[in-house]
Parts: sequence; C-alpha cells; structure tokens
Amino acid sequence: MTTPKVLVLRAPGTNCDHETKYAFELAGGQAERIHINRVLENPSVVQQYQIMCIPGGFSYGDDVAAGRIFANQMRSHLADVLHEFKSSDKLILGICNGFQVLIKSGLLLEDDSNGDPPATLCWNNHGLYEDRWVHLQNASDKCVFLRGVDRMYLPIAHAEGRFVMRDDTVADQLQASQQLALKYVNAAGEPASGFPENPNGAQRNVAGVCDDSGRVFGLMPHPERFLEGTQHPRWTREGLQAEGDGLAVFRNAVEYFA
Amino acid sequence: MSLWEIDIYPADGQVDRAGEELTTDAIDLGLDDSIQVAAVHGYLLEGDIEAADANRLADKLLADSVVERTVVAQIGDPSLQQSPTEGALLVYVINKPGVMDPVAMSAQKGIQDLGVAVDQVRTFRKYWVSGVDQDSVNRLAEKVLANDAIEQVVHGPLQLSALALGNAYEFELKTVEIRSLSDDELEVLSKQGQLYLTLVEMQTIQKRFQQLEREPTDIELESIAQTWSEHCSHKTLAGRIAYKDGETERHFENMLKETVFAATVKIREELGEDDWCVSVFKDNAGIVTFDDDFNVAFKVETHNHPSALEPYGGANTGIGGVIRDTLGTGMGAKPICNTDIFCFANPEVDHDELPPGVLHPRRVMKGVVSGVRDYGNRMGIPTVNGAIYFDDRYLGNPLVYAGNVGLIPKEKSFKEAHAGEWAVVIGGHTGRDGIHGATFSSAELTSDSEMLSGGAVQIGNAITEKMVMDVLLEARDRNLYTCVTDCGAGGLSSAIGEMGEEIGVEVYLDKAPLKYDGLSYTEIWISEAQERMVFSVPDENWQEFKTLCESEGVDATIVGKFVDHGRLVLKYHDHVVGDLTMEFLHDGRPPIIRDAHYEIPEVLQIDLEGKASSLESDLESILSSLNVASKEWVVRQYDHEVQAGSVVKPMVGVENDGPGDAAVVKPVLGSSKGITVSCGMNPRYGDFDTYHMAASAIDEAIRNSVAVGADPSKIAVLDNFCWGYTDRPETLGSLVRAALACYDVAVDLKTPFISGKDSLNNEFSYQNEAGEKVTISIPPTLLISAIGQVEDVSTCTTMDAKEAGNVLYQVGVTRRELGGSHWTLIRDLEGGAVPRVCTDNCNAVFPAVHQAIKSGWVRACHDLSEGGLAVAAAEMAFAGGLGVTIDLSEVPTDQSYSGDTENIVKLFAESNTRFLVEVTPENCEAFEQVTAGATVARIGTVNANDQLIINNGGTNLLTTAIGQLKEAWQSPLRW
Repeated sequence: MTTPKVLVLRAPGTNCDHETKYAFELAGGQAERIHINRVLENPSVVQQYQIMCIPGGFSYGDDVAAGRIFANQMRSHLADVLHEFKSSDKLILGICNGFQVLIKSGLLLEDDSNGDPPATLCWNNHGLYEDRWVHLQNASDKCVFLRGVDRMYLPIAHAEGRFVMRDDTVADQLQASQQLALKYVNAAGEPASGFPENPNGAQRNVAGVCDDSGRVFGLMPHPERFLEGTQHPRWTREGLQAEGDGLAVFRNAVEYFA
Repeated sequence: MSLWEIDIYPADGQVDRAGEELTTDAIDLGLDDSIQVAAVHGYLLEGDIEAADANRLADKLLADSVVERTVVAQIGDPSLQQSPTEGALLVYVINKPGVMDPVAMSAQKGIQDLGVAVDQVRTFRKYWVSGVDQDSVNRLAEKVLANDAIEQVVHGPLQLSALALGNAYEFELKTVEIRSLSDDELEVLSKQGQLYLTLVEMQTIQKRFQQLEREPTDIELESIAQTWSEHCSHKTLAGRIAYKDGETERHFENMLKETVFAATVKIREELGEDDWCVSVFKDNAGIVTFDDDFNVAFKVETHNHPSALEPYGGANTGIGGVIRDTLGTGMGAKPICNTDIFCFANPEVDHDELPPGVLHPRRVMKGVVSGVRDYGNRMGIPTVNGAIYFDDRYLGNPLVYAGNVGLIPKEKSFKEAHAGEWAVVIGGHTGRDGIHGATFSSAELTSDSEMLSGGAVQIGNAITEKMVMDVLLEARDRNLYTCVTDCGAGGLSSAIGEMGEEIGVEVYLDKAPLKYDGLSYTEIWISEAQERMVFSVPDENWQEFKTLCESEGVDATIVGKFVDHGRLVLKYHDHVVGDLTMEFLHDGRPPIIRDAHYEIPEVLQIDLEGKASSLESDLESILSSLNVASKEWVVRQYDHEVQAGSVVKPMVGVENDGPGDAAVVKPVLGSSKGITVSCGMNPRYGDFDTYHMAASAIDEAIRNSVAVGADPSKIAVLDNFCWGYTDRPETLGSLVRAALACYDVAVDLKTPFISGKDSLNNEFSYQNEAGEKVTISIPPTLLISAIGQVEDVSTCTTMDAKEAGNVLYQVGVTRRELGGSHWTLIRDLEGGAVPRVCTDNCNAVFPAVHQAIKSGWVRACHDLSEGGLAVAAAEMAFAGGLGVTIDLSEVPTDQSYSGDTENIVKLFAESNTRFLVEVTPENCEAFEQVTAGATVARIGTVNANDQLIINNGGTNLLTTAIGQLKEAWQSPLRW
C-alpha cells in the first residue's frame, strides 16, 4: 500500500493540528503540519500531498464569523491550486473550524449562479459554545471518509455549527445527491429531535456534508478526539473500546490511496 | 476619505438571539415588560472606499448572506437610522478609544485580502429599543448594554468624523520633586501618582535620591513602585510578622518562607534521592517530574480587581496571563489544561439592593465565564477542572482564579539570561492598556475605582497569544534563546527588570512597537498590554529568531540589551530617562513589619435533637444550594477535550452529567501516563477557624485527585490566598494561621507546595445613603489546587454508581463536625465544630484507597465533601442512573452517637478524608484487606430501583426517587 502524504493546514488560531496529524499517522498516513503562510508564499506546495485536512480551532479567532477570514484567504489567493487539488482525485477533509472554512470558501459546495454560497454554518440555536458528545448516522454511500461506517459517537465543541441551507430547493438537491452525509441521531439511531441530540439546531440534523464526488468532506464533530478507548466519556462504566469511532474517518482517507 | 457604517441584521426568518436575551435581561432589571430590544452589530470602515467596494465587503466578508442582511451607508446617512420597528429608540455601544478590538483587526486583514485599501476599522453594537421611554433606555444602556469601564454609549445616530487614534508624542523628560517633601506630601504623592506605596517606602526612596543628590524621573519612581508593589513583591506575606494566637506566638522574618515554602524544603530533604520537585517558588510556575522525557509545570493566578470592573476582560486577561506564566516557565512549557475557580455573590440578588459601583453578580458571573471560555477555547487549551463558590461577601469583590498546567521537556526546565544578549519582545503591541494594573491590584476597591482605574482594565486577544505560543515552542526546540518570561503585571518594567536582575540591562523604550502614537516613555515601560513575552536572545540567533516569528506573523523587536553593570538604564532615543541600580530596585525595599493576631474561637456544638424531621427536604435543599448544584451550564461552554488527552471529563456518568471529582488528562499523545487536576476550597470553614479551613482545603484537593486514581505519594499543591485588608492585625492573623496549617499538613502528608500567589486587600467600600462608609470584606479564601499523577490511565475510576448488586463502603471516619457545613447553611444554624484534618488518618486512608483503585477493585469512588455522605450518595446514584441504599447504623464514627444526632452527623457532617466506594461482590475481600489499615465499613448497596434509600438499622429515614434529587441538583443553575 502506498502511504499518502497528508497536509494538515494550520492558520493563526488553529488548535487541533497536533492531534489531527496524530490521527492520520495512526491510520497509516504520513502527515505534516503546514502554516497557511507557507502555502501563500508557494501555493504549489500543496501538490506534493494526496490529502489535505483543515483541522479544528479558531482560525483568526473566529473573528467576523467562524472560518471566514481563512476561507477568504483561500478564495482570494489559493482558488486555482485548491480547485486543481480537488479535481485530481485527491481528498479534502475539514473538521469543525475546517468544515466552517470549507463551507465559506466555496470549496465544499460551489457558489450558486449569483455567486452566493448555497449554505452556511452559523451560531448554535442556544447562542453558546457547547462541548458535548453526540450520536451520528452515516447518511451517504458517496462519502469516501464514511465508507463502512454506520454509526459514530463523537464529541462536538463549537459555537457556530448550525448548518443552514439557502432554501428548500438547495436542501432537497443536496439530500438527493447524498451530500448531507452525516446526521445527528439519538442513542437509538432515530433522527435527532431537537437539543441536545441535535446540539446546534442544524437543518435536517446535518452534522457533515460532502461534495458531489464524495472526496471533499466537512463535519462539525471531532473524529480525532475519539481514537482510543479512554477518550470515551463513559469508558469507566462501559469498558474500553479497542479503538475509537473516529479512527475510521482517517483510515478511510488513507486507504483510499491503497 | 470616507467613513462607512455597515449594519448587520438577522435575515428575515432568522431569530435575533442577542436581542431576545437582552429583552429578558431588561425585564430582569425591572423595566416594563413591553420592552423589545433588537440587536445589530456592525463595522465602521475608514479609507478611500468606493460604494461598490463597501457593498462587496459587506456581502462577501462581513456578513453571511444565508442568515444575515446588511445596511451599508456612509455615516450620517438616513438609511442607518431607519428603525426596523415603529418608534424604537437607537443606542450605539462602541469601545472607548484604545480598547482592544480583535475582530476589527481580523476584519482589516480580511479586507486587505480582498484587495480593498482601508485605513481603520472598528466594530460596534447597535440596539433598537421599543416599548419604553428614554429614561428606561438610559438605564438599560448603563446596566446591561454597555460597560462604562471600556465602552461608550451613544444615543441616536453616530456622529464621528474619523477613527484614527493618538497624537504625535513630544518628548519631555519629567522629574518628580521628592527630596524636599514632608511626610504628608509623600503620602499624597504616593496616592495621587497611583504608586500605592507606604510612607516608610516613600521615605526610603526619598533618602536614596537625597544621597544621589538629584530628583527621580517619573519613570524611575514608577519602576520602583511596580517592583515594590504587593502584586510583584508579596511584601506583606514575605515580610516580618509578629503573630500571636491563644496557643502560640511566632516571629517571622519572612512568613511565607517559614511556612508554606519551608514545608517543601523539609519534604524534599526527607525524600532525598527520591525528590520529585524540580523547581519550586522561583519561576513563573512550579515544576515537578512527570515521565522519562517531560516534567509538568503548574500555576494558578488571581485576577480579582479587573474582573470586578469588567468581568469579561478581567477573566479573559486572567486566563491569558496564567497561560503566559507556564509559557514563561523554564524555557517554556506547553500549556495542556486549564482550571478556573470563581467566587461570586448570589446571582439572584435584587438589582435595587446593590450598592453603588457594583455590577450585578449574575452579570459578573456571565461575563467571567464568557471571558474564560473565549480565551481558553481559542488558545486550544482544555478547561478540565474548576469550582464556583457563592457567598454574598463577594458582592463588590468577586474572585477569579485561573490556573494552567504545562508540559516541559526535562532539559528545558531552567533558564538564564547572559550579558551581551538582546532583550526581545514578541507578540502584541504596546498601548495605554492596563496602566497601573500592578499597583491597582494592591489597592482596595471602592465605588469610584471604575473612574480612577478604568485604564487598568483590558481585553485580551487570544489569537495573538496562540501565535506567540506557536513560535515560542518552535524557537525553544531550536534553542534560539536562553531565557523567557511573560509580560504580566507591571509590563516590560517587571519582565525586563526581573530578567536582568542579576546582570543589568539597558532598555530602548522608543523601539517598542506601539498600537498608536502618543505614548510617553513611562507609559511604554509600565503598560500592561497583553500577549507579550520577553526573551533573551544571543546575537548569533537573532536573525533566525526574528525570521521564525515573522514567518507566522508575529512581531519580534529588540528593545534592550543585557549588560553586565548591575543597573537598570532606560533610554528614549538618545536620552537616558532612568538609571537605577538593580540592588536598590530589588533589595532596597524596607521590610514590612506587621502584627498579626488570632483569637481561636471556642467550639459551640449545636443541639441536634429534634432537628432530623426533614431529612429529605434538607438533602434536596443542599443539592439545590448554589455551591453544590450542577455547574453544567458553565462546563459545557468550555472545550474540555481539545488536544485529545481527556480521560476523565468534568461531567461523568450514564448521561455524562454527574459531578466528576477531578479531571484526568493524558498530555502525551500515544502514552498512557496521566495527570489529575483538582481543587479544594471552603471559605465557610474560615468563619470558624482558618487553620482548619486551610487543612480541609488541602485534604479536599488531595482526596479529589485520589478519588479518580492519583497516587497520593506524588501529589503537588499550590496555594492561592485571597484575603481582606491585611493591615488589620486580626485579618493578617487569620491568614498566618492558615499558613501554619499549610505547613503542618503538607509536611505530614509529604505533599509539597510548589507555587503560590496571594491577593490581599480584597474589600469593597462605598458610601451608603446615610453617607457612612460601608466596607464589605471577602471571607478568608484559600484555594488549594492539586496536581496528581497516574501511571496508567486505564486504572482510573469515576464517581457514578456502575452496577446494581455492588457493595458500597465508607472509607474514613465521620465525626460530629457540622460547623460551616451546608446542612447548617440551609437550616440557617450557627455553631458546630468545624471539620479538622487528622493527618495520621490521611496517611492510612489515601494510600489504601489508591491501592484499591490501582488494583482494579473499585467500580466507583466519590469523595465526601459539601453535604457529607447524603450528598455523595445522592450524586453517586443519579450520576449512575441507579438506586443506592445506605444503612446509617454501619457508618463508622469516632464515637457512639444516637437519636437525631446520630442521623444528622452520619448524613451531613463534613468530616475530611472520607470516600464512598463501590466494589463488586467478588472483590470485596481483596478491598477489605487492602483498606484494613484505614477505617472502613460496608454501609450499603447499589440497586436497580432508581431510589435513594437511607435506613438506620430497621428504620427507614428517607426514600426518594433519584430523578427528583437530580432535578433539585440541576435546576438552580440551568441558565
């Protein structure tokens, strides 16, 4: 199997880069943390990699809106190289703040004919940052990162994670093309019915979205925070799982290049 | 040049969350409930900006077109004054000039990325208030919408012509006449110059300059005041104290050194070869060993006075400051988790009962929590432990303790600057922020503190600090510097002054990068602008150091040079503006000499007979009391899992919502070794005897760590004394007595103190309606923070009941100790014996419990604290979603009790060093063997019946559904 190279792209305020790099390495990839300034200086650097991941954190402090400044940099300075990356059978993953960046950069869901993004991630319904474990259901056959995954139990930790689509047409279309890939459910696997099962009020219980190819994926929950048994909130009562639910996301990415 | 205003409203169909919340707050404030508040936020942009560009910025950058709509116009345009609702009154809230505005800084960057030239950006908030008159709006603005310490309110349309700040500075060397002053005049100078020095100290300075035959410059006087401030030198507690209580008399040359610190010295001597302390009481944080590669550093700071004036900014910069403490320990530790402890007054107090100058406690609490949340979360440091304590004496003077643990490579644990190296500052720019923070924090708060010291209030910018942290750790690993420290209280003056203490330094004040023009050389020197660190960089590494910083957008500037002349020389361009010897600055302060008295109070037992008829409602009332009630609303706002090291989270149990005793964090990815973080504090005990309060706090901090699996032979503790006005002998006496307990307990348990901090003069005074001065002093408040270690985190346990059929043990002895207990609090009873610590008992109980947990025989372990056994059993039951049955007749006590006394003591006494432990039947024998040296008894079982059942022999005392108990515990602070 070839070992894919993973670019863990960080910006000022990114703060999940170390554990995300570790997750890819645990899954068999070869990962590097690279500062956005290095990519801005030399955009072609991204071509050396097969997987690009934008990890969680508060890029530029979430100032203006979560992920906006970072996304704006990508739109203004890196659009060509990133679209080329996307179209050359490579993988892009955005976790939490990375998902916010991908949505706002137009890299995950392309802008509509008016040049406007079809969806956004905005303030949680209750208006607060929230750290909480949630149940998730894979709702897509298309998403490369979710292959073989049925359910996952992962933590969310965000203030701006409510997924909102511009209108029902957009929502129906994304649903039909299986791009609303990851959904909040209850412990029994039934669709989430409000808070806290759906922790932020996301439309259609959406926790993660992929592009039409299934190779670009963004999600609010943190798979890199559940790689091993002791990270589970109830391991002292339920016993240690051999591995955490989140590892599958990274292993799927690495194995795509097998 | 044009000035654009961009207003951002929720789009049609989107909820105005901020407006709704403010409407609720307004009604809470007592305004007419027909009030409606609509909230808008926005940006002011100054520059040569075309209308098309302004609209593009609004559309593509500043607002989110899916959920927001904008109004874009130049200032003064009528479209900006168009109310969305009929007849609403308009209020703008805008930062006072010079207050940190991180969002504006980031917006400016985003605007540049879009290729638009903009000169200045500022953010603002805007409110449309309808349904009430202008008077109500004024009151709303003052009490809810804005904080006068940092913001200004504009009623009606904004009228601004420019945003730029600052004027050119014209150099003028200022000297202060001191040699000829009388004692009275010296005192006036100390107060009016906000130096807050004592007369003896002022006289010492006067004499010095008489000898030098010149007057001091303003910057020299400021440097001395900063260095000699209580905040920087801890002169009271490290001073000479004559202490007397009914039993002993002691004369201290240096009180802290002879108590808290002496305990550590003694323990280290006794440990000999096995000493695991690395660096104690000398660096920014204490350091102990961890594994083969790393040590851990731990520091807890207070940020009380700034938080009283501006809760968000005070707490925000408090956590920012303590993170810089660990970053500035040794050659730099990587922060791995935070702990935050707050003390507030009752958040339900009526607005009309507040003295002048006091913010409502609910607002203080919300602000403090938000401040800690926004800084810790943005830094990517999990907040894993904490506590909130309520007492009405914290009304005008809340307490905010912020702590940080760091991981540091063994070989990076020490540092030393050398002559010839550059003094380099990196990170934030210098502004007028926080001038006089160090001296201000040593003064008493009054109702005009806000006006006098508003400049001491700051807002942090976590991302600047995150960027500093990123380059600091990289530069550390590349060995680019020899010494680092943070800019905290006193700013450059403290940081550079301390770093150069043993060498000498010359400082080029004109080189410091400024936020805006107009700062005098003295303002530059003492500014407490946040997010700055100072390094000593050898010349041969300077280029690489600078390049590394710049590669991540961090400014690095040479501001001085360490010179082997033993002096502090301050220059502004070619002018020498200050020249003091390090010896005078650091050792010239006359010792403070104080008297300290303590009267050991008599124990007056409460007659308990006839008081056991309401055990069930007593238990529910304790669960609902604010100190015990669930803090989940706070905990979930903190990211407690970033860095992926979380092993035992703050909330545990079958629904992830029970109260964990301590956090466990695994700081090295891929390793199984962990640390525990816990705390102990009980100001109510201090009303009885501060000795036992301190001893109890140490016991509580240790037992919380032991309860999750920490090894009691390797727990280190920190002290944070927050006290009232220690010039009063009885107030200082109560502190000394607490310090004596710290010595005794630490030595007996071999639990060393490794770092600490004190905050004195925590009092609030105001004039009441009759014109009399009223002073509220906080209760003596000692926070003990503990850091423990776990060899293999998979042996840890949690407090939630695990399985029906298991056996429950009480380990430790219950005594008739109800003084200061939560049972007496909710029953409004005075008296009782305050809980004591028997260290022999500790040395039997802690190792036994640890051995049992480590061996895997313990399914759940919960410490007994506020509310005693009753609360511990209730919490264990509802956290596990299982029933618990307890037979009080089996509970071990120091002597035989009967009747109501027996039941109340066994249920609610708060005796130290006790645990409730769940064991599976097959492990009972092994458990009993390993705990044989401690007092232990089977007192109950875990059941599947969802009820807490308390019996005494054949008599049922209480049967309550766990759901009802949980609701009582969760509802009070479910905000």
